[in-house]
Amino acid sequence: MGVGIEVTNLNAWYGTNHTLQDINLHIPANHATALIGPSGCGKSTFVRCINRMHETNPIARVTGSVRIGGLDIYADAKPVEIRRRVGMVFQRPNPFPTMSIYDNVAAGLKLNGYSNRHALDEIVERSLKDSALWDEVKDDLKKKSGASLSGGQQQRLCIARALAVDPEVLLMDEPASALDPVSTSKIEDLIFQLKSQYTIVIVTHNMQQAARVAEKTGFFLNGRMVEFDSTHKIFTNPSDKRTEDYITGRFG
Amino acid sequence: MIAQVPEIRISQAQLLSEPDPSGEQPPAEAASQQVSAIRAYLLARGNSALADRGFHWLMVLCALSIFGIVLLILTELVRSSSQVWNQFHFSFFFKAYFDSYTGLPNYWDPVNGHFSALPFVYGTVVSSLLSLVLAVPLAIGVAIFLTEMCPKALRGPLAFLTELLAAIPSIIFGLWAVFVLVPLMREYVNPLLVRSLGWTTFFTDENPTGLGFVTAAVILAIMILPIISSLTREVMTAVPHSQREAVLALGATRWEMIRIGVLRNARIGIVGAVILGLGRALGETMAVTMVIGNSPEIHRSLLSNGYSMASVIANEFTEAVSDLHRSALMEIGLALFIVTIIVNVLAQLLVWAVTRGAPARVN
Amino acid sequence: MKAGENNLRSKIRALTDNGVTALAILATALVIAPLVAIFGYLIFKGATSLNLAFFTQIPKPVGVAGGGMANAILGSAILLAVASVLGVPIGIGGGIYLAEFGRGTKLANAVRFTADVLNGVPSIVMGLAAYSLIVLPQGHFSALSGGVALGIMMIPTVCRTTEEMLMMVPHAVREAALALGVPNWRSVLSITVRTASPGIITGCMLAFARVAGETAPLIFTALGNAFWSSSLNQPIAALPLQIWIYAQSPYDDWHRLAWAGALVLIVLIVVAVSLVRYVTSRGVLKGAS
Repeated sequence: MGVGIEVTNLNAWYGTNHTLQDINLHIPANHATALIGPSGCGKSTFVRCINRMHETNPIARVTGSVRIGGLDIYADAKPVEIRRRVGMVFQRPNPFPTMSIYDNVAAGLKLNGYSNRHALDEIVERSLKDSALWDEVKDDLKKKSGASLSGGQQQRLCIARALAVDPEVLLMDEPASALDPVSTSKIEDLIFQLKSQYTIVIVTHNMQQAARVAEKTGFFLNGRMVEFDSTHKIFTNPSDKRTEDYITGRFG
Repeated sequence: MIAQVPEIRISQAQLLSEPDPSGEQPPAEAASQQVSAIRAYLLARGNSALADRGFHWLMVLCALSIFGIVLLILTELVRSSSQVWNQFHFSFFFKAYFDSYTGLPNYWDPVNGHFSALPFVYGTVVSSLLSLVLAVPLAIGVAIFLTEMCPKALRGPLAFLTELLAAIPSIIFGLWAVFVLVPLMREYVNPLLVRSLGWTTFFTDENPTGLGFVTAAVILAIMILPIISSLTREVMTAVPHSQREAVLALGATRWEMIRIGVLRNARIGIVGAVILGLGRALGETMAVTMVIGNSPEIHRSLLSNGYSMASVIANEFTEAVSDLHRSALMEIGLALFIVTIIVNVLAQLLVWAVTRGAPARVN
Repeated sequence: MKAGENNLRSKIRALTDNGVTALAILATALVIAPLVAIFGYLIFKGATSLNLAFFTQIPKPVGVAGGGMANAILGSAILLAVASVLGVPIGIGGGIYLAEFGRGTKLANAVRFTADVLNGVPSIVMGLAAYSLIVLPQGHFSALSGGVALGIMMIPTVCRTTEEMLMMVPHAVREAALALGVPNWRSVLSITVRTASPGIITGCMLAFARVAGETAPLIFTALGNAFWSSSLNQPIAALPLQIWIYAQSPYDDWHRLAWAGALVLIVLIVVAVSLVRYVTSRGVLKGAS
């Protein structure tokens, strides 16, 4: 089951660049939330603040609070602990090149010391089934390397890898932008099925994609969150003119 | 006016802003137990801050070992050469002794306590500078050919061949030099040099053996060529194409383009490459030892036998006649160390200035 | 006349251009020539002297025909092993620091600079340091001191090649590991280093090749040995050392062995260098050459 995310007064910097300004929002549990906005508006930075990946950059800085399931992830927890509970899928698929498919999916567990072979087999199978990749790879789990799959398959492999550690939140940073339309629609179907088990936050450039999969949508512009509401409202009757301009394609 | 909105796959019920996890059946009991088992396992793992910090410091320690090595060499050499330093101080490097019987200079006579490193310094400097004279034009020529003139297909193999030359160990150069180069010099080249350049008084050969400074310079030149050449190629390639195009657009020939557009911009780096070659030549031991003649004397002729700093250490260390002798050899080693460090630092700075600190090629 | 002058000038320029091209080709030929000469002569002299006895027997006394350099080959292997124990872990650790922890820091720049400078220090100096550090206190020559001298030489080399290989691992792979909640040390070792391991290993091989041919640091540390020896506390034979001793001798038999040894040495080195080039050329974005 997923948890809700409470963001309060979040500000983020890359060096002197004030990338996120005063972000406040509540991301509901077990729903898919889409974040849209033009390039460079801070959407990616925002999700990277949720799993504390933003601070892996030495010139990055964060103030404000992010509470996941009530836990203040900056004040009351360490980055490694948070990242085990918040999974991330990146824009370009990044399976571990030297590992087999099996080892890729099991990586999050094996590298954290989990060694129960039998349980791992089951977890790998379940994760691959959840990410709709099982049927395509079940015969080659340990023989093929993660990098030998097609782009769409690699991304589903990355999703399986993220799911294997049973996160409470799943962050997806433009997961389908590097993929062909067929793979894209497979991934969108996936999100639709997964959102009842996890809280999903998806950053996307593609407004139609947001409309297809997400219940709530947030519109980011120049580091601020302009509007956050149900997807239907954002796309049919936005409150802010800037949102309307973006939706109708006047910019971005 | 809102543009065409695509069909949205959400039901009316989900328009509420608060979540309502309905729809899907709850997962099977066994799966959810396993699911929470994983979560519980991972939650209990802790944050490994200690392991991370320990690992970080271990890696830092390994990196600091580089400085440790420099310090180690310095302290060991200073310690072991203190005996001769206390006795002679700086005069160790330029004192001129004279043989009491013959009146001739006798710089290095360990049995009689004569310890002057002058012939070795002279020999090292002469052989190294001479090798530069031979190697630099050739190295730059090769670099120009490979970067600007060579057909693409040939470039890879030729570059590989020059790398191969750099990988040959010194002893093998020495072996080849003793059995092939030395007779060659003795029979053909040295007499030619005496005939044609003897008027400069730098080329007299009283005891033609084929050994000597010139032979040493030849083998040294072959050895330092690849270093100078590959580094020159790197700095030449680092010159942006826009520079070349600008000169060509003014109607220059290819050589003029190379001279003005590339070499002029890369000259700092090329100087650095040359100095790096010099550094290698100064410390080269085995090949030089086998062909320089091993005679601790200073003669005007470049064809005479001589001695280099590294060679005397290699030849005499295991048979040192006294502690003072060994200490003297250590002092020569210390001087060699300091000089090559200075030369290499200078060379690296010059090369960095042009290539902006790109990863250096490992010889 | 102005036109005539211009004509003359452009003729001179064209001539110079062609002349320089010819000189450059000549220079290249002059550089390749010794390489061909050395290799050719080595193969010619060495191949005729190479036989099974070379690899299985130790040197025979002077005047007795036959014998080999088997003890020198074993000795070189032992020295390399000792050198690796010292040089490989510390070198790789240094490389990991430079690539994963210290990127852009002043300390890393200083380490990198010093490592490059150290790579240019004559190897005989390392031998002197090892002599002073180990041989003097122990009172005898040993394989250990020789191995340490070689190990000290390996550290800067392995450090820089490891750094270069680690820098080639795409950042996305590191991010994937971190995002999974893998501890940093585990991510560096099991993901980044593992991904770069073919390159790191061949970098170590390059260091081996370089160190295997070194003679000077061994002259007064390992000293050399005419008999079988595998003890770390005694003098030990080494291939390049033996070549030197034999080359300087007046005996034809020993000269023959020296050539054979040289051939074996150069073959090993060429194999290592070629392998390194093959591995690095597969993923590297080096410039025009």
